[in-house]
Amino acid sequence: MDYNDFRGITTLLAMIAFLAVVWWAYSSRSKRRFDNAANSIFDTEEKQLHDASVKEVDK
Amino acid sequence: MQNQQTYNYKVVRQFAIMTVVWGIVGMLVGVIIAAQLRWPELNFDTPWLTFSRLRPLHTNAVIFAFGGSALFATSLYIVQRTCHVRLISDKLAAFVFWGWQLIIVLAAITFPLGITSSKEYAELEWPIDLLVTVVWVAYAILFFGTIMKRKTPHIYVALWFFGAYILTIALLHLVNNAELPIALYGGSWLQSYSVYPGAIDAMVQWWYGHNAVGFFLTAAFLGMMYYFVPMQAGRPVYSYRLSVVHFWALISTYMWAGPHHLHYTALPDWTQSLGMVFSLILLAPSWGGMINGIMTLSGAWHKLRTDPILRFLIVSLSFYGMSTFEGPMMAIKTVNELSHYTDWTVGHVHSGALGWVAMVSIGSLYALIPKLFGRDGMYSSKLIDVHFWVMTIGVVFYIASMWISGVLQGLMWRAVNADGTLTYSFVESVEAMYPFYFVRFLGGVLVLVGMFIMAYNVWKTVADAKPANDAIPAVAH
Repeated sequence: MDYNDFRGITTLLAMIAFLAVVWWAYSSRSKRRFDNAANSIFDTEEKQLHDASVKEVDK
Repeated sequence: MQNQQTYNYKVVRQFAIMTVVWGIVGMLVGVIIAAQLRWPELNFDTPWLTFSRLRPLHTNAVIFAFGGSALFATSLYIVQRTCHVRLISDKLAAFVFWGWQLIIVLAAITFPLGITSSKEYAELEWPIDLLVTVVWVAYAILFFGTIMKRKTPHIYVALWFFGAYILTIALLHLVNNAELPIALYGGSWLQSYSVYPGAIDAMVQWWYGHNAVGFFLTAAFLGMMYYFVPMQAGRPVYSYRLSVVHFWALISTYMWAGPHHLHYTALPDWTQSLGMVFSLILLAPSWGGMINGIMTLSGAWHKLRTDPILRFLIVSLSFYGMSTFEGPMMAIKTVNELSHYTDWTVGHVHSGALGWVAMVSIGSLYALIPKLFGRDGMYSSKLIDVHFWVMTIGVVFYIASMWISGVLQGLMWRAVNADGTLTYSFVESVEAMYPFYFVRFLGGVLVLVGMFIMAYNVWKTVADAKPANDAIPAVAH
Protein backbone atom coordinates (compact mmCIF):
# COMPACT_ATOMS: atom_id res chain seq x y z
CA MET A 1 0.00 0.00 0.00
CA ASP A 2 1.60 3.23 -1.05
CA TYR A 3 0.95 6.83 -0.11
CA ASN A 4 -1.69 7.31 -2.80
CA ASP A 5 -3.88 4.58 -1.29
CA PHE A 6 -3.70 6.46 1.98
CA ARG A 7 -4.83 9.64 0.20
CA GLY A 8 -7.75 7.80 -1.38
CA ILE A 9 -8.84 6.28 1.91
CA THR A 10 -8.65 9.64 3.69
CA THR A 11 -10.83 11.26 1.03
CA LEU A 12 -13.32 8.41 1.34
CA LEU A 13 -13.41 8.69 5.13
CA ALA A 14 -13.97 12.44 4.96
CA MET A 15 -16.85 11.88 2.54
CA ILE A 16 -18.40 9.22 4.78
CA ALA A 17 -18.09 11.55 7.79
CA PHE A 18 -19.85 14.32 5.86
CA LEU A 19 -22.65 12.05 4.70
CA ALA A 20 -23.05 10.76 8.26
CA VAL A 21 -23.53 14.31 9.54
CA VAL A 22 -26.09 15.06 6.81
CA TRP A 23 -27.92 11.79 7.49
CA TRP A 24 -28.01 12.50 11.22
CA ALA A 25 -29.10 16.13 10.81
CA TYR A 26 -31.89 15.32 8.38
CA SER A 27 -33.11 12.05 9.94
CA SER A 28 -36.71 12.25 11.14
CA ARG A 29 -35.55 11.12 14.58
CA SER A 30 -33.68 14.38 15.12
CA LYS A 31 -36.43 16.64 13.79
CA ARG A 32 -38.31 17.31 17.01
CA ARG A 33 -35.16 17.87 19.01
CA PHE A 34 -33.80 20.36 16.49
CA ASP A 35 -37.14 22.17 16.19
CA ASN A 36 -37.17 22.59 19.95
CA ALA A 37 -33.59 23.82 19.91
CA ALA A 38 -34.35 26.37 17.20
CA ASN A 39 -37.22 27.75 19.30
CA SER A 40 -35.33 27.59 22.58
CA ILE A 41 -33.85 31.08 22.22
CA PHE A 42 -37.30 32.60 22.62
CA ASP A 43 -38.21 32.50 26.27
CA THR A 44 -41.59 33.48 27.65
CA GLU A 45 -41.61 37.17 26.94
CA GLU A 46 -39.88 36.88 23.59
CA LYS A 47 -41.98 33.84 22.72
CA GLN A 48 -45.11 35.99 22.84
CA LEU A 49 -43.49 38.49 20.51
CA HIS A 50 -42.62 35.63 18.19
CA ASP A 51 -46.13 34.16 18.26
CA ALA A 52 -47.54 37.60 17.55
CA SER A 53 -45.26 38.05 14.56
CA VAL A 54 -46.10 34.60 13.19
CA LYS A 55 -49.80 35.38 13.44
CA GLU A 56 -49.22 38.63 11.66
CA VAL A 57 -47.54 36.78 8.80
CA ASP A 58 -50.18 34.05 8.67
CA LYS A 59 -52.93 36.58 8.08
CA MET B 1 -28.86 34.46 46.66
CA GLN B 2 -29.43 37.28 44.21
CA ASN B 3 -26.54 35.95 42.18
CA GLN B 4 -28.47 32.78 41.56
CA GLN B 5 -31.42 34.59 40.06
CA THR B 6 -30.01 37.05 37.58
CA TYR B 7 -27.68 36.91 34.61
CA ASN B 8 -24.28 38.58 34.76
CA TYR B 9 -24.82 41.46 32.34
CA LYS B 10 -22.06 43.59 33.81
CA VAL B 11 -19.28 42.00 31.77
CA VAL B 12 -21.51 42.06 28.68
CA ARG B 13 -22.15 45.79 29.18
CA GLN B 14 -18.45 46.49 29.63
CA PHE B 15 -17.47 44.65 26.47
CA ALA B 16 -20.40 46.10 24.50
CA ILE B 17 -19.43 49.69 25.33
CA MET B 18 -15.75 49.02 24.66
CA THR B 19 -16.68 47.57 21.25
CA VAL B 20 -17.86 51.03 20.23
CA VAL B 21 -14.81 52.74 21.74
CA TRP B 22 -12.28 50.39 20.13
CA GLY B 23 -14.24 50.48 16.89
CA ILE B 24 -13.69 54.23 16.71
CA VAL B 25 -10.01 53.94 17.67
CA GLY B 26 -9.25 51.11 15.22
CA MET B 27 -11.11 52.68 12.31
CA LEU B 28 -9.55 56.08 13.02
CA VAL B 29 -6.09 54.54 12.72
CA GLY B 30 -7.31 52.88 9.52
CA VAL B 31 -8.38 56.25 8.10
CA ILE B 32 -5.02 57.75 9.09
CA ILE B 33 -3.01 55.08 7.26
CA ALA B 34 -5.35 55.26 4.28
CA ALA B 35 -4.61 59.00 4.19
CA GLN B 36 -0.87 58.29 4.45
CA LEU B 37 -1.04 56.16 1.31
CA ARG B 38 -2.57 59.10 -0.55
CA TRP B 39 -0.48 61.80 1.16
CA PRO B 40 2.75 60.09 2.30
CA GLU B 41 4.01 63.22 4.05
CA LEU B 42 1.40 62.56 6.76
CA ASN B 43 3.87 60.39 8.67
CA PHE B 44 5.65 63.67 9.55
CA ASP B 45 8.97 61.82 9.35
CA THR B 46 8.24 60.42 12.81
CA PRO B 47 9.17 56.74 13.17
CA TRP B 48 6.18 55.82 15.33
CA LEU B 49 3.76 57.44 12.91
CA THR B 50 4.97 55.48 9.90
CA PHE B 51 2.64 53.23 7.95
CA SER B 52 4.66 50.15 8.84
CA ARG B 53 4.06 50.65 12.56
CA LEU B 54 0.49 51.96 12.43
CA ARG B 55 -0.77 49.28 10.07
CA PRO B 56 -0.47 46.42 12.62
CA LEU B 57 -2.02 48.77 15.17
CA HIS B 58 -5.01 49.22 12.85
CA THR B 59 -5.44 45.51 12.06
CA ASN B 60 -5.04 44.38 15.66
CA ALA B 61 -7.34 47.12 16.95
CA VAL B 62 -10.18 46.37 14.57
CA ILE B 63 -9.86 42.58 14.71
CA PHE B 64 -8.99 41.88 18.34
CA ALA B 65 -10.11 45.05 20.15
CA PHE B 66 -13.29 45.93 18.21
CA GLY B 67 -14.20 42.48 16.87
CA GLY B 68 -12.89 40.75 19.98
CA SER B 69 -14.90 42.91 22.36
CA ALA B 70 -18.03 42.38 20.26
CA LEU B 71 -17.45 38.62 20.44
CA PHE B 72 -16.81 38.60 24.19
CA ALA B 73 -19.97 40.66 24.76
CA THR B 74 -22.23 38.54 22.57
CA SER B 75 -20.78 35.12 23.43
CA LEU B 76 -21.01 35.78 27.17
CA TYR B 77 -24.57 37.08 26.72
CA ILE B 78 -25.73 34.25 24.48
CA VAL B 79 -24.17 31.51 26.62
CA GLN B 80 -26.14 32.75 29.64
CA ARG B 81 -29.41 33.34 27.77
CA THR B 82 -29.45 29.98 25.98
CA CYS B 83 -28.19 27.94 28.96
CA HIS B 84 -30.52 29.68 31.43
CA VAL B 85 -27.71 30.04 33.93
CA ARG B 86 -25.45 32.80 35.23
CA LEU B 87 -21.76 32.81 34.28
CA ILE B 88 -19.88 30.49 36.63
CA SER B 89 -17.76 33.26 38.12
CA ASP B 90 -18.11 37.04 38.26
CA LYS B 91 -14.46 37.40 39.25
CA LEU B 92 -13.27 35.38 36.28
CA ALA B 93 -15.52 37.47 34.02
CA ALA B 94 -13.96 40.67 35.40
CA PHE B 95 -10.50 39.18 34.89
CA VAL B 96 -11.27 38.41 31.25
CA PHE B 97 -12.53 41.95 30.67
CA TRP B 98 -9.66 43.80 32.34
CA GLY B 99 -7.06 41.35 31.02
CA TRP B 100 -8.24 41.88 27.46
CA GLN B 101 -8.25 45.68 27.87
CA LEU B 102 -4.69 45.53 29.21
CA ILE B 103 -3.58 43.48 26.20
CA ILE B 104 -5.14 46.06 23.85
CA VAL B 105 -3.38 48.93 25.62
CA LEU B 106 -0.05 47.06 25.51
CA ALA B 107 -0.55 46.48 21.79
CA ALA B 108 -1.26 50.19 21.28
CA ILE B 109 2.01 51.04 23.04
CA THR B 110 4.33 48.40 21.58
CA PHE B 111 3.36 48.61 17.88
CA PRO B 112 4.17 52.32 17.42
CA LEU B 113 7.47 51.65 19.24
CA GLY B 114 8.26 49.08 16.59
CA ILE B 115 8.17 46.10 18.96
CA THR B 116 6.80 43.33 16.78
CA SER B 117 7.34 39.67 15.94
CA SER B 118 6.37 40.69 12.37
CA LYS B 119 3.93 37.83 11.82
CA GLU B 120 0.77 39.23 10.26
CA TYR B 121 -2.13 39.41 12.77
CA ALA B 122 0.22 37.86 15.37
CA GLU B 123 2.59 40.80 15.74
CA LEU B 124 2.41 40.97 19.53
CA GLU B 125 5.73 40.07 21.15
CA TRP B 126 6.15 37.07 23.41
CA PRO B 127 5.43 38.60 26.87
CA ILE B 128 2.07 39.86 25.58
CA ASP B 129 1.48 36.52 23.84
CA LEU B 130 1.79 34.83 27.24
CA LEU B 131 -0.75 37.26 28.71
CA VAL B 132 -3.13 36.54 25.82
CA THR B 133 -2.81 32.83 26.61
CA VAL B 134 -3.75 33.33 30.27
CA VAL B 135 -6.76 35.53 29.46
CA TRP B 136 -7.91 33.17 26.74
CA VAL B 137 -7.78 30.15 29.04
CA ALA B 138 -9.81 32.11 31.61
CA TYR B 139 -12.35 32.93 28.89
CA ALA B 140 -12.54 29.26 27.86
CA ILE B 141 -13.15 28.18 31.46
CA LEU B 142 -15.83 30.84 31.83
CA PHE B 143 -17.58 29.87 28.60
CA PHE B 144 -17.39 26.08 28.75
CA GLY B 145 -17.91 26.04 32.53
CA THR B 146 -21.18 27.90 32.02
CA ILE B 147 -22.28 25.46 29.32
CA MET B 148 -21.54 22.57 31.66
CA LYS B 149 -23.89 24.05 34.26
CA ARG B 150 -26.70 24.67 31.77
CA LYS B 151 -30.34 24.14 32.68
CA THR B 152 -31.43 23.53 29.10
CA PRO B 153 -31.22 20.14 27.34
CA HIS B 154 -29.68 21.30 24.07
CA ILE B 155 -26.57 23.37 23.36
CA TYR B 156 -27.84 25.97 20.89
CA VAL B 157 -25.98 26.12 17.55
CA ALA B 158 -24.55 29.61 18.24
CA LEU B 159 -22.65 28.13 21.18
CA TRP B 160 -21.15 25.44 18.95
CA PHE B 161 -19.73 28.13 16.70
CA PHE B 162 -18.41 30.12 19.67
CA GLY B 163 -16.96 26.94 21.20
CA ALA B 164 -15.11 26.04 17.98
CA TYR B 165 -13.78 29.59 17.84
CA ILE B 166 -12.47 29.54 21.41
CA LEU B 167 -10.73 26.17 21.02
CA THR B 168 -9.26 26.91 17.61
CA ILE B 169 -7.95 30.35 18.51
CA ALA B 170 -6.18 28.78 21.51
CA LEU B 171 -4.55 26.21 19.23
CA LEU B 172 -3.59 28.75 16.54
CA HIS B 173 -2.18 31.19 19.06
CA LEU B 174 0.02 28.60 20.73
CA VAL B 175 1.37 27.02 17.56
CA ASN B 176 2.03 30.18 15.54
CA ASN B 177 3.57 32.09 18.43
CA ALA B 178 6.11 29.41 19.30
CA GLU B 179 9.11 31.72 19.44
CA LEU B 180 12.44 32.10 21.18
CA PRO B 181 13.23 35.39 22.92
CA ILE B 182 16.62 36.53 21.63
CA ALA B 183 17.44 37.47 25.23
CA LEU B 184 18.43 33.81 25.51
CA TYR B 185 21.33 34.68 23.20
CA GLY B 186 22.19 37.95 24.88
CA GLY B 187 19.77 40.12 22.86
CA SER B 188 16.71 42.22 23.72
CA TRP B 189 13.99 41.01 26.09
CA LEU B 190 11.39 42.39 23.74
CA GLN B 191 12.27 40.53 20.60
CA SER B 192 11.93 36.94 19.52
CA TYR B 193 12.31 34.69 16.52
CA SER B 194 9.95 31.99 15.33
CA VAL B 195 11.02 28.42 16.07
CA TYR B 196 10.08 27.34 12.53
CA PRO B 197 12.45 27.63 9.57
CA GLY B 198 11.76 29.16 6.14
CA ALA B 199 8.83 27.80 4.15
CA ILE B 200 7.54 25.88 7.20
CA ASP B 201 7.33 29.15 9.10
CA ALA B 202 5.42 30.70 6.21
CA MET B 203 2.99 27.77 6.15
CA VAL B 204 2.44 27.87 9.92
CA GLN B 205 1.88 31.63 9.69
CA TRP B 206 -0.80 31.30 7.00
CA TRP B 207 -2.38 28.28 8.59
CA TYR B 208 -2.76 30.68 11.52
CA GLY B 209 -3.67 33.66 9.36
CA HIS B 210 -6.40 31.99 7.39
CA ASN B 211 -7.90 30.28 10.39
CA ALA B 212 -7.91 33.58 12.23
CA VAL B 213 -10.18 34.63 9.35
CA GLY B 214 -12.05 31.32 9.48
CA PHE B 215 -12.60 31.00 13.19
CA PHE B 216 -12.20 34.48 14.66
CA LEU B 217 -13.78 36.51 11.86
CA THR B 218 -16.18 33.88 10.55
CA ALA B 219 -17.23 31.06 12.90
CA ALA B 220 -17.55 33.32 15.93
CA PHE B 221 -19.54 35.98 14.07
CA LEU B 222 -21.75 33.20 12.66
CA GLY B 223 -22.49 32.35 16.29
CA MET B 224 -23.59 35.96 16.71
CA MET B 225 -25.66 35.69 13.54
CA TYR B 226 -27.42 32.47 14.62
CA TYR B 227 -28.67 34.20 17.74
CA PHE B 228 -29.38 37.78 16.74
CA VAL B 229 -30.89 37.24 13.28
CA PRO B 230 -33.63 34.88 14.55
CA MET B 231 -34.11 37.08 17.62
CA GLN B 232 -34.48 40.29 15.64
CA ALA B 233 -36.65 38.63 13.00
CA GLY B 234 -38.79 37.13 15.76
CA ARG B 235 -38.74 33.68 14.21
CA PRO B 236 -36.51 30.61 14.59
CA VAL B 237 -33.64 30.06 12.20
CA TYR B 238 -34.73 28.94 8.69
CA SER B 239 -33.32 25.42 9.08
CA TYR B 240 -31.74 24.19 12.26
CA ARG B 241 -30.71 21.02 10.44
CA LEU B 242 -28.85 23.04 7.85
CA SER B 243 -27.11 24.90 10.66
CA VAL B 244 -25.79 21.58 12.01
CA VAL B 245 -24.38 20.56 8.61
CA HIS B 246 -23.12 24.14 8.16
CA PHE B 247 -21.18 23.93 11.42
CA TRP B 248 -19.42 20.62 10.83
CA ALA B 249 -18.68 21.29 7.15
CA LEU B 250 -17.34 24.79 7.81
CA ILE B 251 -15.00 23.96 10.67
CA SER B 252 -13.55 20.87 9.01
CA THR B 253 -12.91 22.64 5.71
CA TYR B 254 -11.45 25.95 6.90
CA MET B 255 -8.44 24.29 8.55
CA TRP B 256 -6.90 23.39 5.17
CA ALA B 257 -7.37 26.54 3.12
CA GLY B 258 -4.34 28.47 4.42
CA PRO B 259 -1.85 27.60 1.63
CA HIS B 260 -3.76 29.82 -0.84
CA HIS B 261 -1.91 32.73 0.79
CA LEU B 262 1.34 31.23 -0.52
CA HIS B 263 0.64 30.50 -4.19
CA TYR B 264 3.75 30.57 -6.38
CA THR B 265 6.11 30.65 -3.41
CA ALA B 266 8.66 28.16 -2.04
CA LEU B 267 5.75 26.17 -0.60
CA PRO B 268 5.51 22.73 -2.31
CA ASP B 269 3.15 22.71 -5.31
CA TRP B 270 0.91 19.98 -3.93
CA THR B 271 0.32 22.03 -0.76
CA GLN B 272 -0.68 25.04 -2.86
CA SER B 273 -3.12 22.91 -4.86
CA LEU B 274 -4.55 21.41 -1.67
CA GLY B 275 -5.14 24.90 -0.28
CA MET B 276 -6.79 25.97 -3.51
CA VAL B 277 -9.13 22.96 -3.62
CA PHE B 278 -10.18 23.33 0.00
CA SER B 279 -10.79 27.04 -0.57
CA LEU B 280 -13.11 26.17 -3.44
CA ILE B 281 -14.97 23.60 -1.33
CA LEU B 282 -15.44 26.30 1.32
CA LEU B 283 -17.94 28.06 -0.91
CA ALA B 284 -20.54 25.39 -0.10
CA PRO B 285 -20.67 25.63 3.72
CA SER B 286 -20.23 29.42 3.56
CA TRP B 287 -23.20 29.89 1.30
CA GLY B 288 -25.19 27.29 3.24
CA GLY B 289 -24.80 29.48 6.31
CA MET B 290 -25.55 32.68 4.45
CA ILE B 291 -28.73 31.24 2.92
CA ASN B 292 -29.77 29.90 6.32
CA GLY B 293 -29.42 33.35 7.84
CA ILE B 294 -31.13 35.30 5.07
CA MET B 295 -33.97 32.78 4.64
CA THR B 296 -34.78 33.13 8.33
CA LEU B 297 -36.59 36.24 7.15
CA SER B 298 -38.70 34.34 4.63
CA GLY B 299 -42.30 35.29 5.22
CA ALA B 300 -41.23 38.38 7.15
CA TRP B 301 -39.39 40.35 4.50
CA HIS B 302 -41.56 43.39 5.23
CA LYS B 303 -39.62 43.82 8.48
CA LEU B 304 -36.62 44.98 6.46
CA ARG B 305 -38.56 48.10 5.52
CA THR B 306 -39.10 49.21 9.09
CA ASP B 307 -36.28 47.69 11.12
CA PRO B 308 -32.84 49.22 10.48
CA ILE B 309 -31.21 46.70 12.87
CA LEU B 310 -32.46 43.83 10.76
CA ARG B 311 -31.18 45.68 7.71
CA PHE B 312 -27.67 45.76 9.23
CA LEU B 313 -27.84 42.03 9.92
CA ILE B 314 -29.18 40.99 6.53
CA VAL B 315 -26.85 43.25 4.55
CA SER B 316 -23.96 41.83 6.59
CA LEU B 317 -24.97 38.38 5.38
CA SER B 318 -25.06 39.65 1.79
CA PHE B 319 -21.49 40.94 2.18
CA TYR B 320 -20.58 37.60 3.76
CA GLY B 321 -21.96 35.84 0.68
CA MET B 322 -20.06 38.17 -1.62
CA SER B 323 -16.72 37.81 0.09
CA THR B 324 -17.04 34.04 0.47
CA PHE B 325 -17.63 33.84 -3.27
CA GLU B 326 -14.75 36.18 -3.99
CA GLY B 327 -12.36 34.34 -1.63
CA PRO B 328 -12.52 30.92 -3.30
CA MET B 329 -12.28 32.61 -6.69
CA MET B 330 -9.12 34.47 -5.65
CA ALA B 331 -7.69 31.20 -4.28
CA ILE B 332 -7.67 29.72 -7.79
CA LYS B 333 -4.03 29.82 -8.82
CA THR B 334 -4.57 31.51 -12.17
CA VAL B 335 -6.76 34.23 -10.63
CA ASN B 336 -4.31 34.59 -7.77
CA GLU B 337 -1.57 35.19 -10.30
CA LEU B 338 -3.31 38.47 -11.07
CA SER B 339 -4.74 39.36 -7.67
CA HIS B 340 -1.97 38.46 -5.25
CA TYR B 341 -0.07 41.32 -3.59
CA THR B 342 -2.47 43.84 -5.11
CA ASP B 343 -5.16 46.06 -3.59
CA TRP B 344 -7.73 43.50 -4.69
CA THR B 345 -6.75 41.50 -1.59
CA VAL B 346 -7.21 44.61 0.55
CA GLY B 347 -10.65 45.15 -1.00
CA HIS B 348 -11.59 41.51 -0.38
CA VAL B 349 -10.53 41.67 3.25
CA HIS B 350 -12.53 44.83 3.85
CA SER B 351 -15.63 43.53 2.15
CA GLY B 352 -15.44 40.76 4.75
CA ALA B 353 -14.25 42.84 7.68
CA LEU B 354 -16.43 45.93 7.20
CA GLY B 355 -19.33 44.44 5.28
CA TRP B 356 -19.69 41.22 7.23
CA VAL B 357 -17.90 41.39 10.58
CA ALA B 358 -18.48 45.03 11.46
CA MET B 359 -22.06 45.16 10.19
CA VAL B 360 -23.20 42.00 11.96
CA SER B 361 -21.51 43.27 15.16
CA ILE B 362 -23.10 46.69 14.91
CA GLY B 363 -26.54 45.23 14.18
CA SER B 364 -26.21 42.84 17.11
CA LEU B 365 -25.05 45.61 19.44
CA TYR B 366 -28.00 47.82 18.50
CA ALA B 367 -30.24 44.89 19.47
CA LEU B 368 -28.26 44.03 22.61
CA ILE B 369 -27.42 47.36 24.26
CA PRO B 370 -31.01 48.41 25.11
CA LYS B 371 -31.60 45.02 26.77
CA LEU B 372 -28.52 45.47 28.95
CA PHE B 373 -29.76 48.82 30.18
CA GLY B 374 -33.43 47.98 30.63
CA ARG B 375 -34.59 49.99 27.62
CA ASP B 376 -37.12 49.03 24.97
CA GLY B 377 -34.87 50.13 22.17
CA MET B 378 -32.08 52.46 21.13
CA TYR B 379 -32.47 56.20 21.71
CA SER B 380 -33.03 56.85 18.01
CA SER B 381 -34.06 54.36 15.37
CA LYS B 382 -33.64 57.12 12.79
CA LEU B 383 -29.94 57.42 13.67
CA ILE B 384 -29.49 53.65 13.24
CA ASP B 385 -30.93 54.09 9.78
CA VAL B 386 -28.55 57.00 9.03
CA HIS B 387 -25.64 54.90 10.33
CA PHE B 388 -26.71 52.04 8.08
CA TRP B 389 -26.69 54.16 4.92
CA VAL B 390 -23.51 56.09 5.74
CA MET B 391 -21.67 52.85 6.46
CA THR B 392 -23.03 50.95 3.46
CA ILE B 393 -22.00 53.74 1.08
CA GLY B 394 -18.60 53.93 2.80
CA VAL B 395 -18.01 50.19 2.40
CA VAL B 396 -19.04 50.25 -1.25
CA PHE B 397 -16.66 53.17 -1.93
CA TYR B 398 -13.90 51.28 -0.19
CA ILE B 399 -14.25 47.92 -1.89
CA ALA B 400 -15.10 49.21 -5.36
CA SER B 401 -12.02 51.46 -5.42
CA MET B 402 -9.78 48.65 -4.22
CA TRP B 403 -11.15 46.21 -6.80
CA ILE B 404 -10.44 48.57 -9.66
CA SER B 405 -7.09 49.58 -8.26
CA GLY B 406 -6.11 45.95 -7.59
CA VAL B 407 -6.92 44.71 -11.07
CA LEU B 408 -5.16 47.71 -12.57
CA GLN B 409 -2.09 47.05 -10.44
CA GLY B 410 -2.06 43.36 -11.37
CA LEU B 411 -2.34 44.14 -15.07
CA MET B 412 0.39 46.80 -14.93
CA TRP B 413 2.79 44.53 -13.09
CA ARG B 414 2.40 41.67 -15.53
CA ALA B 415 2.49 43.75 -18.73
CA VAL B 416 5.58 43.04 -20.84
CA ASN B 417 6.90 44.53 -24.06
CA ALA B 418 7.64 42.47 -27.16
CA ASP B 419 11.27 42.18 -26.12
CA GLY B 420 10.32 40.75 -22.70
CA THR B 421 11.05 43.86 -20.64
CA LEU B 422 8.44 45.22 -18.19
CA THR B 423 6.11 47.82 -19.68
CA TYR B 424 5.70 49.75 -16.42
CA SER B 425 8.08 50.50 -13.59
CA PHE B 426 6.75 49.86 -10.08
CA VAL B 427 6.55 53.57 -9.38
CA GLU B 428 4.29 54.06 -12.39
CA SER B 429 1.84 51.58 -10.87
CA VAL B 430 1.99 53.45 -7.55
CA GLU B 431 1.21 56.69 -9.32
CA ALA B 432 -1.79 55.09 -11.02
CA MET B 433 -3.21 54.20 -7.58
CA TYR B 434 -3.58 57.76 -6.30
CA PRO B 435 -7.22 58.43 -7.31
CA PHE B 436 -8.29 55.07 -5.88
CA TYR B 437 -6.46 55.69 -2.63
CA PHE B 438 -8.40 58.93 -2.33
CA VAL B 439 -11.76 57.18 -2.86
CA ARG B 440 -10.75 54.50 -0.37
CA PHE B 441 -9.90 57.23 2.15
CA LEU B 442 -13.36 58.77 1.60
CA GLY B 443 -15.02 55.38 2.13
CA GLY B 444 -13.07 54.92 5.35
CA VAL B 445 -14.09 58.37 6.58
CA LEU B 446 -17.77 57.51 5.98
CA VAL B 447 -17.44 54.28 7.96
CA LEU B 448 -15.78 56.20 10.79
CA VAL B 449 -18.50 58.87 10.75
CA GLY B 450 -21.00 56.03 11.10
CA MET B 451 -19.20 54.84 14.22
CA PHE B 452 -19.44 58.33 15.74
CA ILE B 453 -23.18 58.36 15.01
CA MET B 454 -23.40 55.02 16.79
CA ALA B 455 -21.41 56.29 19.75
CA TYR B 456 -23.81 59.26 20.13
CA ASN B 457 -26.84 56.98 19.90
CA VAL B 458 -25.39 54.56 22.44
CA TRP B 459 -24.50 57.41 24.77
CA LYS B 460 -28.04 58.80 24.65
CA THR B 461 -29.43 55.29 25.25
CA VAL B 462 -27.35 54.43 28.28
CA ALA B 463 -26.59 57.84 29.85
CA ASP B 464 -29.48 57.98 32.29
CA ALA B 465 -30.51 54.35 32.10
CA LYS B 466 -29.99 51.98 34.99
CA PRO B 467 -27.95 48.86 34.24
CA ALA B 468 -30.35 45.93 34.03
CA ASN B 469 -29.70 42.34 35.05
CA ASP B 470 -32.50 40.14 33.79
CA ALA B 471 -33.86 37.36 35.94
CA ILE B 472 -33.12 33.80 34.91
CA PRO B 473 -36.37 32.06 33.93
CA ALA B 474 -37.48 29.19 36.14
CA VAL B 475 -36.86 25.72 34.75
CA ALA B 476 -39.87 24.84 32.63
CA HIS B 477 -39.27 21.18 32.05
